[in-house]
Amino acid sequence: MEHTTQLVPLNWYLLLSTFLFCLGVMGVLIRRNAIIILMCIELMLNSVNMLLVAFSSYSGNSDGQVFVFFIMVVAAAEVAVGLALLVSIYRNLGSTDIDLLNKLKW
Amino acid sequence: MNQLIFISLSTLTIVSALFMVFSRKPMYSVLSLIFCFFTVAGHYILLNAQFLAITHVIVYAGAIMVLFLFVVMLLNLNTVADQIKTMGFRVAAMIGAGMLFLVLLASLKSTTLGTFSFPEDNGMGMVEHVGMRLFTDYLLPFEISSILFLSAMIGAVLLAKKEKR
Repeated sequence: MEHTTQLVPLNWYLLLSTFLFCLGVMGVLIRRNAIIILMCIELMLNSVNMLLVAFSSYSGNSDGQVFVFFIMVVAAAEVAVGLALLVSIYRNLGSTDIDLLNKLKW
Repeated sequence: MNQLIFISLSTLTIVSALFMVFSRKPMYSVLSLIFCFFTVAGHYILLNAQFLAITHVIVYAGAIMVLFLFVVMLLNLNTVADQIKTMGFRVAAMIGAGMLFLVLLASLKSTTLGTFSFPEDNGMGMVEHVGMRLFTDYLLPFEISSILFLSAMIGAVLLAKKEKR
């Protein structure tokens, strides 16, 4: 291919998804609202998904895309259960602040 | 051309993700995360994974984020102020995440990825090919995931149901 230099190197995808993953980690650490924490977990899952798609596309093997499909399935189930838990927590405490949930803290 | 699209899409992704993490109002966080998911779908199209791009838009932007929006609106969380932790904790979290980023970058630096090159579009990400893989090689996980969905559905209904006093 003559226009190979014009295409995106794989390293850029590695950098982007690493950055997004670390951003998700930071969000989980600094936020106190449990809904935002769930959203940051979604962001981390998405960065991993993007990396899997990039590797699968660059290596010409579609196994990675099927795995991304299953990760999406698990993420959807996780969000459904997590939000149900949050609604139940809100009903008992009147807030979704995770600093209020310190009964198991030593 | 591809590089230009990649850079602009990545900028949008990173900016919306930053806004999601640092925004004080949960509603703005949800909306910017939806935007972030759309740009990730753009990345999938750039990578010739068209089926996954459409599935991503339908599942994430269409189902998961609508659930988040409903919960944020239902619980009326927009009035809550100051949902970021104290200053010391924030600095510690930033240092921790930055250290993780540095460690991952250092491990990336020592890998060699020169063997991979971007392939021409061979229809690998189309629904025809991915569906064929899904229904032949990955049939058992595909069927088991339906049981996972069923249990998640039952669990969600049980957890969110009002308890009898």
